[in-house]
Amino acid sequence: MAKKELIKLKINGEEREVAAESRMLLVHFIREQLGLTGTHVGCDTSNCGACTVLMNGKTVKSCTVFAVQADGAEIMTVEGLPSNGALHPLQEGFKEEHGLQCGFCTPGMLISSYALLKKNPNPTEAEIRWGISGNLCRCTGYQNIVKAVQFASKKMAQGGK
Amino acid sequence: MIPPAFEYLRPKTLPEAVGLLQQHGDDAKILSGGQSLIPMMKLRLARPSHLIDINRIAGLSYIKEDGGFLKIGGLTREAELEASELIRTKYPLLLDTATVIADPQVRNLATVGGNLAHGDPANDHPATMLALGAQIIATGTKGERVIAIDDFFVSLFTTSLNHGEILTEIRIPIPPAKSGGAYFKLERKVGDFATAAVAVQVTLDGQGAVQKAGIGLTNVGGTPIRAKSAEDALRGKKLDAATIGAAAQAAADAAQPSSDLRGPAAYKTGLIKELTKRALARAAERAGK
Repeated sequence: MAKKELIKLKINGEEREVAAESRMLLVHFIREQLGLTGTHVGCDTSNCGACTVLMNGKTVKSCTVFAVQADGAEIMTVEGLPSNGALHPLQEGFKEEHGLQCGFCTPGMLISSYALLKKNPNPTEAEIRWGISGNLCRCTGYQNIVKAVQFASKKMAQGGK
Repeated sequence: MIPPAFEYLRPKTLPEAVGLLQQHGDDAKILSGGQSLIPMMKLRLARPSHLIDINRIAGLSYIKEDGGFLKIGGLTREAELEASELIRTKYPLLLDTATVIADPQVRNLATVGGNLAHGDPANDHPATMLALGAQIIATGTKGERVIAIDDFFVSLFTTSLNHGEILTEIRIPIPPAKSGGAYFKLERKVGDFATAAVAVQVTLDGQGAVQKAGIGLTNVGGTPIRAKSAEDALRGKKLDAATIGAAAQAAADAAQPSSDLRGPAAYKTGLIKELTKRALARAAERAGK
């Protein structure tokens, strides 16, 4: 049996302790050991960003991080988007503005947009496109993703949570 | 893709990390940002038996001016360079460079030290550090060693770091007044490695003639290239179109690109010429201010 490391982390606000081999990627740990399959494996070559999660408040590509590196960390996945029982304004924006087709890139887009709006609540279109420049979409051509983020930015500015 | 199994070590101090590196020999690798190493491990192009994670070591991440140098800790993230007011106002060449490295997610983890230590001529900081005349501080069991940037890049994926050494600091001599720099990179899409890129740093004298020049070339050879004859073509001259043109040609002559998916060699050489012109023009603007 291969050696396992104990990883203690806070995932979407919940403390968990799970063992994994040191070579296990964070994306596989999240999907398989934690059962959260919203985070996707897209390219597996650190390009597409479908695996994007928040680690200690910063966006990272979880296919390019070992799970052991997340020991002691706080992780937020798409399942953890704050919603108060409804949809987060970003989720609502993606719905209203048709910001997804197949939906495969969407969790990564949501996390990158969430981080962008936290840092810059009123981004220009150029800033939105730069903010999601680590996330690839093969379906939409990005136009409606941009609109979705603008929708959310407006809604959040009006106090919508 | 899954890497082969490895022993994961997480030292709390720098001496502990150096000791572990010494102890485990050639098959141990330092894990810094991991944004170059982990993809290689996933492809099994790198198969370290031991991974020494230095991310928990305090005091390796900083950006400060001290003793005539800009000092950057090896563990400083690219995102930290981007966010630094000091870098934005006084070192636009470094901001230019950090901004075009990969994408926001990668920049949150990727480190300046790793970008240099990996020894990949496709990385962006090497050319910039060549242009700035930087020094690399390597920490080993015998303490610190200063390596001039011109001696640092040996061959593809090989630097002059000895096996038991960790790159802990980058030192850049603080440029005098009337200095300016710029980094121009052409990439197929945002986040890509450079098809070709040029880093330029110049200092002008009181009459506006070039007193000092540094020109570094990205991804047009087995190592990053310092275009010395291009620098020589600038010295003592004003940065007018003729001078810039001559230096740009000399920079293109110094490039040794390979033809690959990013383009034919002749195209990349042509790029170096054009990017050098643009970088020199921007550096001149910034130096003139």
